[in-house]
Amino acid sequence: MEKYIFLIPLFPLLGFLINGLFGKKFGKGLISFIACTTIGFSFLVALFIWKDLLAMEPEHRIMVQTLWEWMAVGSFKVDLAFMIDPLSMVMCLIVTGISFLIHIYSTGYMWDDESYWRYMAYLNMFVFFMCMLILGANYVVMFVGWEGVGLASYLLIGFWYQGYDNAIAGKKAFVVNRIGDFGFVLGMFLMFWTFGSLSYLDVFPKAAEMYEHGALAINSPVMIAICVLLFIGATGKSAQIPLYVWLPDAMAGPTPVSALIHAATMVTAGVYMVARTNVLYTLAPTALLVVSLIAAATALFAATMGILQNDIKKVLAYSTVSQLGYMFIGVGVTAYWAGIFHLMTHAFFKACLFLCSGSVIHAMSGDQDMRHMGGLAKKMPITYITMLFATIAIAGLPPFAGFFSKDEILGKAFAFPYYPMAGKFIWFLGTVGAGVTAFYMFRLIFMTFHGEFRGTEEQAHHVHESPLNMTLPLMILATFSLIGGWFGVPAIIGEKLGDVPNLLEHFLEPVFEHSNHIVAAVAHPHHVPEPLEWSLMTLSVVVAIIGICLAYYIYMVRGKELPEKLAKQYSWHYQLIYNKYYVDEIYELMIVWPIYHLSVLLWKVVDAFMIDGIGVNGPGWLVKRLSAGARLAQNGYVQTYGAFMLMGLVAMVCFYLYR
Amino acid sequence: MNAPILTYVTFLPLFGVPFILAMSQKSDSGKNIIRGIALFASLITFIASLRIYFAFDPSIAGFQFIEDHPWINSYGIHYHMGMDGLSFWLVLLTTFLTPLTILSTWRAIDSRVKEFQISMLVLETAMLGTFVALDLFLFYVFWEIMLIPMYLIIGVWGGERRIYAAIKFFLYTAVGSLLMLVCIIGLVYFHHQQTGEMTFNLLSLYGTSIPRFYEIMFFAAFALAFAIKVPMFPLHTWLPDAHVEAPTAGSVILAGILLKMGTYGFFRFAMPLFPAGSAYFTPLIITLSIIGIIYGALVAMVQPDIKKLVAYSSVSHLGYCMLGLYVLTRQGVEGSVLQMINHGISTGALFLLVGVVYERRHTRLIKEYGGIARIMPVYSTIFMIVTLSSIGLPTTNGFIGEFLILLGTFKVNKLAAVLAASGVILGAVYMLWMVQRVFFGEVTNPKNENIPDLNLRELAYLAPLVVLIFWIGLFPNFFLKKMHVSVDHFISQVKVEAAAPSPQVHQAAAIELPGVTVAMAKE
Repeated sequence: MEKYIFLIPLFPLLGFLINGLFGKKFGKGLISFIACTTIGFSFLVALFIWKDLLAMEPEHRIMVQTLWEWMAVGSFKVDLAFMIDPLSMVMCLIVTGISFLIHIYSTGYMWDDESYWRYMAYLNMFVFFMCMLILGANYVVMFVGWEGVGLASYLLIGFWYQGYDNAIAGKKAFVVNRIGDFGFVLGMFLMFWTFGSLSYLDVFPKAAEMYEHGALAINSPVMIAICVLLFIGATGKSAQIPLYVWLPDAMAGPTPVSALIHAATMVTAGVYMVARTNVLYTLAPTALLVVSLIAAATALFAATMGILQNDIKKVLAYSTVSQLGYMFIGVGVTAYWAGIFHLMTHAFFKACLFLCSGSVIHAMSGDQDMRHMGGLAKKMPITYITMLFATIAIAGLPPFAGFFSKDEILGKAFAFPYYPMAGKFIWFLGTVGAGVTAFYMFRLIFMTFHGEFRGTEEQAHHVHESPLNMTLPLMILATFSLIGGWFGVPAIIGEKLGDVPNLLEHFLEPVFEHSNHIVAAVAHPHHVPEPLEWSLMTLSVVVAIIGICLAYYIYMVRGKELPEKLAKQYSWHYQLIYNKYYVDEIYELMIVWPIYHLSVLLWKVVDAFMIDGIGVNGPGWLVKRLSAGARLAQNGYVQTYGAFMLMGLVAMVCFYLYR
Repeated sequence: MNAPILTYVTFLPLFGVPFILAMSQKSDSGKNIIRGIALFASLITFIASLRIYFAFDPSIAGFQFIEDHPWINSYGIHYHMGMDGLSFWLVLLTTFLTPLTILSTWRAIDSRVKEFQISMLVLETAMLGTFVALDLFLFYVFWEIMLIPMYLIIGVWGGERRIYAAIKFFLYTAVGSLLMLVCIIGLVYFHHQQTGEMTFNLLSLYGTSIPRFYEIMFFAAFALAFAIKVPMFPLHTWLPDAHVEAPTAGSVILAGILLKMGTYGFFRFAMPLFPAGSAYFTPLIITLSIIGIIYGALVAMVQPDIKKLVAYSSVSHLGYCMLGLYVLTRQGVEGSVLQMINHGISTGALFLLVGVVYERRHTRLIKEYGGIARIMPVYSTIFMIVTLSSIGLPTTNGFIGEFLILLGTFKVNKLAAVLAASGVILGAVYMLWMVQRVFFGEVTNPKNENIPDLNLRELAYLAPLVVLIFWIGLFPNFFLKKMHVSVDHFISQVKVEAAAPSPQVHQAAAIELPGVTVAMAKE
């Protein structure tokens, strides 16, 4: 089956090329057909490969396909090769499956756009690069996808490029990602000169083997450096502190793009990368500590920023940043599978949330301000129910998907094998963040769907449920938000329910085998006793319920006046959070402004004045001046020459007389 | 293979000259025939150069297609030509780029068409000769001849300050060249003293042992001449002026090929002739390369003129080439040679693209544009692709070059690699910021409302460049495998000989990774 792997990225590539080159002349039906079927085919191929993968022995579940030797210089060899193992399989199914749904949704959402063909072509291009990212068999192919999805993101954020702010947001996303990629590239270099290869199947076994033979100590500086550098790349792509600032602005793109790229798939690439590199991270506990602390800080920090946003998509954007933080907590505390588990459930419910918000925005004729909404539940029942499902899922209430994955992560953080104390702290931040999440998500639900409609007459008249090609993906995603968690039921619950197996953890086990061994050997992880595990679980549910109740009290019971009163009472705090802690402004002042003015200085002073003015034109000026003096001697007047002759004569006579 | 293929290719462009001289340029049709002849001559040259492609044997480390005839016997000066894997792609780049450039002048150059096209053809011959000459005297002759048509192209067909720019270009280059000439003679003198043989043959002069002081001085003089051409910081200020004032075709040739003369000079002459001198100056050159990368990018960022922005970006890109060359690892050197080709393609394409809107709007100021994407969609798409290639997005050519250079640099000098890699971020900033201001947003300037999109002729000269951008990006091995052996030879030539008098290079090559006891991956 491995000889068909290339089909998965090939179909979207064809879709992109056909629609991109000829789409302008096609009808919209044909464009939709091409764009959706290509992704559908990719999904089907992925399903077939999955079937074959399951038929293999668990420890041999690896397929590799090499297309051609890409670069070969000296010892450096990189193939354009794909690899399917359980990890990339899970990613591949998520990406192609959700992409397919969002393509269908887009046929409804973007139908009236004049550049429909361009939109669909870009979307296919994104899926192509995303498949490259997750299917690549080495870091360089991963990097192709890594930067490629950045390009797709850049083009789609700035899709409505006539709005200048959209173009600025696109550029910001690209540049911030480039800062991350700077770290990623250096990490690759260090890895290559350490292990002599960048191919997964060379590096990881070699690292594990070197560790076993004592050639590689645990927590050696070089491993920490590699892992931290790669993680810098992840902070860019996956919007973690300090490089998260591009993601909220990226909401300038069309909403399905926010759902696909900026929630479900692309931004999770960093989590995938860390999980993929698990052997190296496990060998560098300090790097894991960095990852999990930054992740926990991001999870809470971004959640608080979501509290006061009024733009429905901005709320979801900060929520995405925060949820990505949870995923990184998972992979950061060596619970790699849990990170991937949350990645999966998050893909379902966050895609659903964004698509629902798209449906709302569609109904509101493009208005995204929640202060103008309210009471939409009656007019848009499908959107309401599906969004409620997804909201409960993200808030972490059982038996919805988010409960299982988030709880697994927090439980594993509590028992962080390398740094137990830090683990407790991370768990604490994560639990508080979970309460905040429940609060702002239900605030969104209450402001949007409950109470009185606060928009204009015209909007009220226009509000309608979306067509089937938009609601069908919502229903499918909402269903998965409900049942998605059952792929990874924790053992403690599974036992009670009559041995429900943890399918996902089991499936992913071979990928994390080396890491699990190393962790077991190094840290002797202690098991959390069962009662404690139950109480941790209960606690996180209680925290979520408190958050929901608080939101209900403030926005439903007290309605309008309490939020305003609170805003006045805590105006300083309110302003700080409302303005997102002024992080954008600080970056502007500390980084952008100095670099810009330094550049102007270099240009005007160093280049134009010093080098060109003094260094280059200076000698020319000097020669001119000197020759102006010398020119006096040859001004063409006989009188002057006569005077010179006389002076010469006098000089000579004097010389001879007084010698 | 006994036909003197290099001579054919080098002098084929000149065959167009008498025909052009015979034409009248009074009528439009006459001008078109002149342009047609020039295009034809350069196309024939390109086709002839393909013969080199098929006949070239990449497994030979030394020179191929050698032609060696006595010229001025009493001084041991020969007409001596040859090619190896380093000059191979540069020659093909020259023959490939020239017809495209001539095609781009069809409407842009309308006065003195005859003289212009003759200049172009003479220039092509001089450039090709420079790349294949193996006799220092012959090389010097081509090197200097090259200046004259370029001087005329800037000075006659240039913009407002063309005279200033042309003289600056000429003087800058001439200063370096004269010092180089003195040192060529000095080198021949030392060789004569030791062997009693008077020769300008490069292959014989390699390995001449020169007193250390003189070797360092000679290297410095050669390096000065070439560094001006590259151009390396702080010798770069002729470049923005020359680019801004030169007509589009002049900028394309200047950026695409003439700048490569500098880097080519380093790896053909300065470094292998004076390895000890080269080693002595290595820290300085690496430092200046890195300053060039960052400085060029920063200054490019704040330029109000698109052409000047691209000119400063050349300073940055050529910094990468010099860095790759000087770290003396296989990845670095091959990346460097590839990056020279890439820069010829991408920056050449950028200048051509700037020329397209200049012809329509007669301005190159960024603030005069805005929202062009809606008016000229095809143009914008191609501009975007070239931009991505320039900022080194994977799957385009720029990525391969930068990646290999940085990878090779990282092995010997981590700090240099880190600093140079930051240029990749700045590259994205200045290019995308420019793209944003020129192409996105509403059309604010009514003059831009009715600009026509690309016509067929413009597509004809841009499309081959776009194809090459992806070709190199996806199949770099096709290009790299021609130079493996020659690069190995080059490194051994420069490194081994440098090892004896100056151990710096070797020390730098040993990498130490704390905490790991891995033997370095063997080359």
